[in-house]
Amino acid sequence: MTAEIIVVTSGKGGVGKTTTSASLATGLAIAGKKVAVIDFDVGLRNLDLIMGCERRVVYDFVNVVHGEATLKQALIKDKRHENLYVLAASQTRDKDALTQEGVEKVLDGMSEDGFDYVVCDSPAGIEKGAHLAMYFADHAVVVVNPEVSSVRDSDRILGLLASKTRRAERGDGAIKQHLLLTRYNPARVANGDMLSVKDVEEILGIDVVGVIPESEQVLAASNSGVPVILDAESPAGQAYSDTVARILGEERPLRFTDVAKKGFFQRVFGG
Amino acid sequence: MGILDFLKRKPEPTATVAKERLRIIVAQERSTRGAPDYLPMMRNELLEVIKKYVHVDIEAININVERDSGHEVLELSVALPDGKPAATPAT
Repeated sequence: MTAEIIVVTSGKGGVGKTTTSASLATGLAIAGKKVAVIDFDVGLRNLDLIMGCERRVVYDFVNVVHGEATLKQALIKDKRHENLYVLAASQTRDKDALTQEGVEKVLDGMSEDGFDYVVCDSPAGIEKGAHLAMYFADHAVVVVNPEVSSVRDSDRILGLLASKTRRAERGDGAIKQHLLLTRYNPARVANGDMLSVKDVEEILGIDVVGVIPESEQVLAASNSGVPVILDAESPAGQAYSDTVARILGEERPLRFTDVAKKGFFQRVFGG
Repeated sequence: MGILDFLKRKPEPTATVAKERLRIIVAQERSTRGAPDYLPMMRNELLEVIKKYVHVDIEAININVERDSGHEVLELSVALPDGKPAATPAT
């Protein structure tokens, strides 16, 4: 059996790749899949913090690539879901520590171990780490903020996904691209201060797979090392649940993209 | 929007400006995407050749790769300086 490989990427930093990787992997695990999530950001390990397993990292991705540890030794089992595992990035090695052959070997090992999904958390930029994170992917989640530099960078990434990946090189059929709009603020969109879902879809020429509203709970979740998808009360958590369901093929309408309707007095007097 | 808001004249929403700027730059970057790496070098060498005959600036030379149902067209256009024949796109 072959694991489906999903890269979470964006080009620009700070748009929510790691937050998305953590919630996507957790959501897939909740759906009953066996999932591993890998941090490709060698030298700037962070996924472990967002997943809340930072004190349990013994071996990392680079150790496995170099044969210094087995996959079994390096995979950290999630505390909350028994079919979810984290593979941390190395904190000390430089970016050249990863090779294409090494990454392929690890991904093949995961397929042999019966994983259904491998989520690859890409580093920012378009250098080696980002390239390796996307190279073997079957699906790509491109995380974008409604902001000019992020939109432009994600267009660049969409171009790379269509040309610099194994699927593209082999002509195996295109990577399935999913656009995920994060940090969305419907009130600012209504005011004309922020690009809308439709604007972003039009500029990039692809539909969104989900819209994650800007939400205080995202910071609260990373503060406590619990992926925000597990906060079922929060709009961001619910929006991530919807997104995972859509990636698994379910149809769900977009939520949290409109401002709540104003009352009569608000409409007359403004505010 | 309430009554008070009508008294303030609003400038063009910044989101509209952002969308227009992105539309242009994204289209421009897509047109050169996937083009061979040698294009900038070829452009410089072509400039040298052209300079032997006409004095033009590097910005006057445009190279584009157009993809069209299965075949690629390399399009080269040179804008000649004033007083010379009009720009001649050559394929």
